[in-house]
Order: sequence, then C-alpha cells, then structure tokens
Amino acid sequence: MAKEIEIKMENTIDKNITLNTAIIEDENHAARIEAKDIKVWYEDFMAIKGISIKIKPNTVTAFIGPSGCGKSTFLRLFNRMNDYVDGFKMEGKIKLEGKNIYGKKILVEELRKNVGMVFQKPNPFPKSIFENVAYGLKIQGIKDKKFINARVEKALKQADLWDEVKDNLNKSALALSGGQQQRLCIARTLAVEPSIILMDEPTSALDPISTAKIEDLIFELKEKYTIIVVTHNMQQASRISDYTAFFYLGELIEYNKTRTIFTKPEKKQTENYITGRFG
Amino acid sequence: MNSITKNRLKDQVFKFWGIACTLFALILLVIFIGDIFIDGIQRIDWAFITDLPSRKAEKSGIYTALMGSIWILLLTAIIAFPVGVAAGVYLEEYSKKNRLSALLEINISNLAGVPSIIYGLLGLEVFVRVMGLGASVLAGALTLSLLILPIIIVATREAVKAVPSSIRDASYALGASKWQPIWNQILPASGGGILTGVILALSRAVGETAPLIVVGALAYVPFAPTNPLDEFSVLPIQIFNWISRPQHGFIENAAAAIIILLLITFVMNGIAVYFRNKWQKKLK
Repeated sequence: MAKEIEIKMENTIDKNITLNTAIIEDENHAARIEAKDIKVWYEDFMAIKGISIKIKPNTVTAFIGPSGCGKSTFLRLFNRMNDYVDGFKMEGKIKLEGKNIYGKKILVEELRKNVGMVFQKPNPFPKSIFENVAYGLKIQGIKDKKFINARVEKALKQADLWDEVKDNLNKSALALSGGQQQRLCIARTLAVEPSIILMDEPTSALDPISTAKIEDLIFELKEKYTIIVVTHNMQQASRISDYTAFFYLGELIEYNKTRTIFTKPEKKQTENYITGRFG
Repeated sequence: MNSITKNRLKDQVFKFWGIACTLFALILLVIFIGDIFIDGIQRIDWAFITDLPSRKAEKSGIYTALMGSIWILLLTAIIAFPVGVAAGVYLEEYSKKNRLSALLEINISNLAGVPSIIYGLLGLEVFVRVMGLGASVLAGALTLSLLILPIIIVATREAVKAVPSSIRDASYALGASKWQPIWNQILPASGGGILTGVILALSRAVGETAPLIVVGALAYVPFAPTNPLDEFSVLPIQIFNWISRPQHGFIENAAAAIIILLLITFVMNGIAVYFRNKWQKKLK
C-alpha cells in the first residue's frame, strides 16, 4: 500500500502534473524554427527546390502562393507529416530551437507534440467535445482526471469556444457548426501545449463570420505561440500575419515583413500575385 | 418515331428485362426453398435437433452434425478473425505501396477465387498429416480459416480504406503513434464493415463441404466433439450423406437439415446487416 502511494507520488512529480502547470496563465511557449536548403521530391517530381527560411517566435507567418507551389508541402515538413507519404524524399535541415527535427534521435511523436497542426477541413474525431480536446493528452498516457479537465477547459477558453460548449461537453463534436468544429480542432491542438502551430488554410471551408473569429484567435494566440498559416486569401494574409512568404513553383520567391510584401514587394512576380494579375 | 420515343422505348425494354431477370432468380429460390419446406418441415422437432444419428431414418437426428458445425464455426472465427483483420490493417495502414504490396494484393484476391477443394488438399497435407492433427475439428477449422482469410482481409481493407484520412492526420498531428489512431479511430469507425465481412465469410464457411470431406470429416460420428482434436461431421456432410441413401425417410431428414442450415446462414447474415446498420448510425 505504502509503496503504491509512493509510486503515485513519483509519477505525479515525474510528469509535472500539478494543477498549477496545467493552467498557468501567462506562460510563453513560442519557439523559433528555421529551415535550411530544403529540397523535396515525390518520386521523381521535385516539389521544393531549395528553400531556406527563419521564423521568429511569437509571430504569425503567412505562406502564400498559387496552388501547387509547394507551400502546403513545405508547411507539413515542420511536423513531419510528409513522412508517411509514399515516394517522399527530403534534403536539408529544419531546426526547432536549434535542434534538427529530422535528426536520428528525434522521436516524431515527441516533435508533433511541440509542433501542432490545424487542417483545412475541420476534422474532429467522432467523439464528444471533451474527448476530442482530451485526446492528445490521453495518448500521451496522462490519466490524472483533474489535470485533463483543467487542460481541456483552458484549451477551450483559449480557443474561444468554452462559453459555447461548457454546458454540453459530452455532446458529439460532429453536432457543432463548421466554425465551432475548427475552433475545437484548434483547442485540441492547444491542449498539448505546442510551441509552434501550423495551420493549413484553416478558414477556407468556413463562412466569413467563423473566419473572422478564427483570425481574431490567431492574433491572440501569437502571444504564446509561433504560428505559420498557409492561406489563399491575400486579405487574410495582410490582416493577420507579421511576415509573409511568397512561394512559386517550389521556390521561395520573397520573404519579408507583411507590410513590405504588400506595399513595396521587391520582386515583380510577388507584386503580380498579390495584386491578382496571376495565380 | 423520333429519338426521344426511341430512347424511352429502350428504357422500358431494359426495365422489363431487368424485372424478368430478378424475378427469375427469386422464383427459382422460392421454388427451391418451398420444395424443401414441404419435404422437411414436419420432420423438424426438438428430438430431431437433439438426437444422435441412427440407421433408422425416423430415429436419426442432427445433433452431432450441428455440434460439429458449431465447433467448426467457433474455431474458424477464433482463428480467422484476428489473423484476417490484422493482415488487412497491416496491408492498408503499414505496408508501403510498392511492387511487393501490389503483388500481395493481387494474390490475395486470387486466393479468394481458388476452388475450395484445393484448400481441402492443402489442409489434408499440412494440418492433418504434417502437423499430425488427424481428421479433427481443429484441422477442419484451420482449413476453413485459410479458405475465408482472403475474404476477411479484403473486407477489412475496404472498411479501413473508407475511413477518411483526415482522421488519421488529426491523430498523428497530436503526436500519436501509428497504432493509436488504428486502435482509437480507425477500428471503431470501420468495425461495422469488418464485422459484416467476417460474418459473411463465416456463413460461407458453415456451408462448405468439399474441403472438409478431403480433410476427413466423417459422414457418421456417434458422438458430438468434446474437444478440438475430436473427429467430427458437419451439417452439409450429414445432408450429403442422407441424400445419397435410398430410403425416403432420409430424404425428409435431409430436407429438414437443409432448413436448419439455411436458418443458421440467414440468421448470420441478418446479424451482419444489423451490425452494419447500427454502426452506420453510430457514426452519424
């Protein structure tokens, strides 16, 4: 009996599971990430042709460019979501806080806890709202109910969804509206407290009001996280991002402060694209 | 006649041809089942199900064959279900899509088309002789497991493939291993499809005769099997045996046994449909 209690205590200390760490309010998780000379192939097709980029913590960076320019492929390199794609091959280095995430010692599951992702179409699990947000914690083996409850509440509050769902957390997530589902997906990502959040066209399946809510949310979240957003919407890029990267045919054409890109871009191609003359 | 009326006419012709074809199949089935019912229904009572086989038609029952069929069914399910589902999940979720996997895929489909007697011969050599299981329930169940494995594998793959990949992505993106979404999302979502496939495969197994005859199932066993290494008979073999007897009484017995066998397969198919519908509702 005494031993059991001892083990329990040890676990508690081991995982830092004190309620305080579950709900600390003003922590900053944001990390910097940089890519160096990235080349990507799918079979024989070269999708990324040598891209280097440095992304600062606590910023929102927008990836823009026409369809098929490689911006989504590039985004998915940061949490290694391309690993399972057949025929995927990569050269170059991506460093998260100076550590190569494609290094041999890196566990990809560990990486993805640090680099969360929100997808184009809201993709909640066919489970309750609570289970959706708690999932990321449960698969890590966390069982402490108080800890999970606190984290779920915190994540839902951060995602600006708490007030809408707090009374029916056991309702199926599929019963929520598209915009709510997407905020739920954001909450699910926040619950594991990543340092970087990747968003792959997070509003392209949503109506303007839901889109506005997500954009506000992104703006708030950058205080604690580093955010990279792929978007097709130029206005969105100019509204929410601090930095903008313009991709074309697998190359990074221009990367600069958003204001600079949208007012006086250096390259002719960038100007043509953001003014809608091609793409 | 302009082209629209012509097309309409073709439409009608095809419609009636279709109705005729459907009715043809249905009527044949109704005649067949009706004939068997007329022959066999008065023979079915509790004693028929619980009696041991006998030389006298009116004293014979299907107890040993029914028990043999149930043993075979359960053992086949226990063997084929985990192996088939695991293989299906592996092929769909883990294996890289390359030449080897394409070759595997084609051959699994081919295996589903191999005549069942060939499986019987394989079972006879491998399970009965080499593994020394003799003409036992276990050898029969292993043979039938091989026979229905391709069906289960294909059904599992189809069901797993139908789960949207966005669910996998969501799970991976939260730091899940490959196994976690399989266990937490994919299997629950595809369970209905998998179960349907398994039950349909099993209802095929329960009607198989040829491979079991080759493996050595007996036409006459005095007692129901009590362990997996006992000798056994199954319903289809019992039916076959009775039909080949000259006395009229055995023909009635055969008809009655056919009704029981049909009932078992209908119930199993019904369960499959029930699970499929229930699962579909759950996902909505």
